[in-house]
Amino acid sequence: MALMNITSPHAHGPRKTATLMRVVVITTLPGLFALTWFFGWGNLINVVWCSIIALAAEALVLLIRKRPLAFYLKDYSALVTGVLLGLALPPLAPWWVSLVAVAFAIIIAKHLYGGMGYNPFNPAMVGFALVLISFPVAMTTSWAAPASLLENPMSFFETLGTIFGFGSQAIDAFTMATPLDIYKHEIGHSIAQDVTQNPVFGAYVAHGWEWVNLAFLAGGLFLLIKKVFTWHTPVSMLIALTIMSLAFGWDADQATPPLLHLFAGATMLGAFYIATDPVTSAVSPQGKIIYGAGIGILTYVIRAYGSYPDAIAFAVLLMNFAAPLIDTYTQPRTYGYAKAKRGAKEAE
Amino acid sequence: MSDMTIKKVLFEPVANNNPIALQILGICSALAVTTSLQLSLVMAAAVCLVTAFSSMSISMIRNHIPSSIRIIVQMTIIASLVIVVDQLLQAFAYELSKKLSVFVGLIITNCIVMGRAEAFAMKNGPIMSFVDGIGNGLGYGAVLIAVAVVRELLGSGSLFGIEILATVNNGGWYQPNGLLLLPPSAFFIIGLIIWGLRSWKTDQKEAPDYKMKAHVTKEAF
Repeated sequence: MALMNITSPHAHGPRKTATLMRVVVITTLPGLFALTWFFGWGNLINVVWCSIIALAAEALVLLIRKRPLAFYLKDYSALVTGVLLGLALPPLAPWWVSLVAVAFAIIIAKHLYGGMGYNPFNPAMVGFALVLISFPVAMTTSWAAPASLLENPMSFFETLGTIFGFGSQAIDAFTMATPLDIYKHEIGHSIAQDVTQNPVFGAYVAHGWEWVNLAFLAGGLFLLIKKVFTWHTPVSMLIALTIMSLAFGWDADQATPPLLHLFAGATMLGAFYIATDPVTSAVSPQGKIIYGAGIGILTYVIRAYGSYPDAIAFAVLLMNFAAPLIDTYTQPRTYGYAKAKRGAKEAE
Repeated sequence: MSDMTIKKVLFEPVANNNPIALQILGICSALAVTTSLQLSLVMAAAVCLVTAFSSMSISMIRNHIPSSIRIIVQMTIIASLVIVVDQLLQAFAYELSKKLSVFVGLIITNCIVMGRAEAFAMKNGPIMSFVDGIGNGLGYGAVLIAVAVVRELLGSGSLFGIEILATVNNGGWYQPNGLLLLPPSAFFIIGLIIWGLRSWKTDQKEAPDYKMKAHVTKEAF
């Protein structure tokens, strides 16, 4: 009595890297749309500019390394690095900041380690951390103010001029510190009620940022349903971040509240698009949970006690360090063995 | 080592057996002083002199040092020389010695000095030991200067304190790179130097710890 009549072979079509990468790029589009809607044209220009540099840098290195150009460019991995950096960098970051970040990510962080699949660190985050430490002024003063808070939002060409340095825009009129930054610095000498009066916090959590994060959350959930990655890393990261902020930041008059941690800044982008990078994260399900939780905990610690307002990049890089160690200690049991083979024991 | 010539002992440590790039010694001071080219030159000269004279002195008494306390004897000689260099700097270049602060004193803990005393001076004659000390100092200095040029030029837009790239703060166009003023950047630069050096002189490459098996099935490619 057959319940289902499916005949063999039960094989799926092979999933190519290119297919996955393309899906990843497409699912970032809602987030990009939200960023553009709320914060002006900056991120859109950045994404295009970063993608161009990423592909150019990739092609250059492939030529030098004498690798097949079309084969590697068509797997879209360089494009993903470019797009992620374009989304992560401040909207009004000058063109050379993006150039340094993307070129360093592709050339040093990816290809010097052997290229796609060999890099121990997430290339996009290496580029981001590099420019964040190298050019702190440009990286903290280039966050666009929400367009609806400005009397005259920047037009497309004004934004282009600001980024590429040929316009004569007074950039200070169009920028604003991020909600996480403002909350962190104001709460020291004020109470929550007064701090959230700042229009940057808007009606719900943080003006515009909540929609950006929801859009990335939606894109991430779509990837999850499509089984591009498993739930372990993002879920454990978000839970760890929530628990940390509930445990140490429950008092909104003292520290940044949990909702702001989850829906302002780069949390959702980090959880679903950056922490889940298959090359640099831990591999086994148990390992992924530890890896994700580590990112969540470190993100909270650096955000709350460090000097930078956002911390996804540093947290991800630190856990990238730890991923091989986590993998060593979380090898699952192989079928046919009573116990899992774990730890750095000598292989027989 | 019968084929030792002065020329070889002097120049071997610069590229072929560089104390920083191949032996990975003396990294600490290379991170600390390379924010400025001037400091790096002074530091390189100081290490050069200390290594040369300590190697020479140790080599002269090498047959009289009891093996069980040789490290203490070597340390005493090195420490005396470091104090001499430190006092000389304080006497004739007070500003520089203030900027170098503790790092001149820490030459005593620099593995290059100790390493040459132990590995070379204990086995060879005084003249060769002196030349070997100078050579290792040159090798150390070469890396220091290379790192310092990058760090000072791109980190503060100047060389020897003279402005080369007009920085934004002074009304120019160049945005100085803050990372290069922090010690970790020296790690990156030294890493890149080592990479370049080993691509040039392939015999310096170390054998990999393990080798991955070649992928046999074709679909994954």
